Amino acid sequence: MPVAEILQVAAGGLLMGLIYALVAAGLSLIFGLMDVVNFAHGELMMLAMYAVFAIWQLTGADPLLLLPVVAVLLFGLGMAIYRGLIARALSVQFNRGMVQIFVTFGLAIFIRGAAQFVWGGEFRSVTGHWLADRSLNLGGVFLPLPQVAASLVCLAAFAGLLMVSRTEFGKALEATREDRDAVALIGIDRDRIFAMGWGLGAGAVGIAGVMLAGFYYVGPNVGASFAVIAYVTVALGGFGSMLGALVAGVLIGEVEAFTAALWEPSLKQVGVFAVYLLVLTFRPRGLFGKM
Amino acid sequence: MDNAILRRRKREVLGGVIVLAALALLPLPIKDVYTQNLIIITVLFAGLAQAWNILGGYCGQISLGHALYFGVGGYVSTLLYLKAGLPPSLGLFAAFGVSGLLALPVGWPCFRLSGHYYAIATVVVGEIGYLLFLNWDFVGGATGVFIPFHGESWAQLQFKTAKLPYHYLVLAFAAATWLTAFLLEGSRWGFAWRAVKDDVTAARSLGVNIFSSKMAAAALSGGFTGMGGAIYAQYVGYIDPDSVLAGHFSILIALPAVLGGVSTLWGPLIGAAVLMPASELSRSYLGGSGRGVDLMLYGGLIVIVALARPQGLVSLFGRKDDHARIA
Repeated sequence: MPVAEILQVAAGGLLMGLIYALVAAGLSLIFGLMDVVNFAHGELMMLAMYAVFAIWQLTGADPLLLLPVVAVLLFGLGMAIYRGLIARALSVQFNRGMVQIFVTFGLAIFIRGAAQFVWGGEFRSVTGHWLADRSLNLGGVFLPLPQVAASLVCLAAFAGLLMVSRTEFGKALEATREDRDAVALIGIDRDRIFAMGWGLGAGAVGIAGVMLAGFYYVGPNVGASFAVIAYVTVALGGFGSMLGALVAGVLIGEVEAFTAALWEPSLKQVGVFAVYLLVLTFRPRGLFGKM
Repeated sequence: MDNAILRRRKREVLGGVIVLAALALLPLPIKDVYTQNLIIITVLFAGLAQAWNILGGYCGQISLGHALYFGVGGYVSTLLYLKAGLPPSLGLFAAFGVSGLLALPVGWPCFRLSGHYYAIATVVVGEIGYLLFLNWDFVGGATGVFIPFHGESWAQLQFKTAKLPYHYLVLAFAAATWLTAFLLEGSRWGFAWRAVKDDVTAARSLGVNIFSSKMAAAALSGGFTGMGGAIYAQYVGYIDPDSVLAGHFSILIALPAVLGGVSTLWGPLIGAAVLMPASELSRSYLGGSGRGVDLMLYGGLIVIVALARPQGLVSLFGRKDDHARIA
């Protein structure tokens, strides 16, 4: 493999990996906070993509301009899901772990059905926007601009999540993560923190969805394939670890890109899954998970 | 075992015999093919969910990758028939063996993980199986495999239009899983699994060999799921990775047990009796539009049952003292 080609594959892996990382960051945040895996996470991303598509179709507004709008919408949706479903799931007495898994699973199926109801089953795509079909040439390595923009926005969103963790709210979040019962004693409203955590997690995946819509098809099942990668990313990086999500996301992007280039494109995820199982054999709590 | 437990187990056996007899008679007056088919699918999934329950319920290892065993079982009996001429009636047992053995190398890395790490690892293992079969030409790749019709026979498990033989086949399968679960409940393994589920550290200190007890649960659970997959393949006559190995099958297999009541004898059957008709009826009356109304109803039903009856629908029936045990 010539050097230029290696660089090209590595760049592609990095661009995709940063998106995986942001999708996983939202999942990881929610898990770290309250021990809940959101199995509807991919569907939240799908909804963000459809939101971009619908607004773009209606107004012709550029997806990049819609970023703040959709992020706020998803933030609200995440909070609503917490208040409406997750708070109830956390309060059950029996089989709590199983109830959480299947409540979010049922929600995922519901959202998929709702998307099909509104937009039909066919693939849609957002075309002709500002960055579409443009690319950057870095000494022979071609980087499509929609993907470059997506990965830059993902990095910025990561930085944003880190900034949030330094605010008063972030400290309350961290305290709730450490001991969810003790924080009530010092006047932190745990329910509000949990709801905000869901808002942030959904907002993060929403941002990833908006940027993805710039170069990826939208369909009712688009969330499912990204979700599996997101669970793998979170488990590989370690549940609850933001740094883990970032490192694991990029690692997975690279493994996927090189498996496709060196072996067989249709088996690119097998390479990812093999690396994941290998790492977890030696580090059962992931790369950065607390042992 | 004290008397209360023995009495309860006697009651369970009596209940089992009555339900088995009722299910054996149920299809006789029914002439409508749609309803016959619905009953067969329901009973098959009651058996599959009970197979899942052995690992996911009694042993407490929430597997979201059982589509792997289901699909592999279907492929094993079908390919042995097409490529080696082994009659599917024997192929069912080969499917049991292969899927059961497959659960061991799957369990080996996965059982090192706990909680959500385990559940996600099982999703991944299932996905690997799906992708490999999709790209493997020997097993038909994405096109899948047709089972040609060679005349009606129990050895080949092929019946042109009759549904009744399939009904008794799935009923025997479901009864076998029920009986296995019943025997396990009262066995040393059953107690070990309950101990592992309630408190791993305490179980270990009492001398329960956790790893091998989980492996035993996985092998039995995977084996029965593979057998169910072989029956399904024979029943529909055509399999491809999307119809037997895709990830949503893992959920379909687990759901009746979860919503009916995990680690109970009757939960999987009750869950299947509610879920399968609900999903079939909504699909045939509302799914035709292609507008996803059936998915919305199905997903909504899962959310509502899980929140309203976290201990499973089985808690609507039976006596108070049984509930305490389930909890």
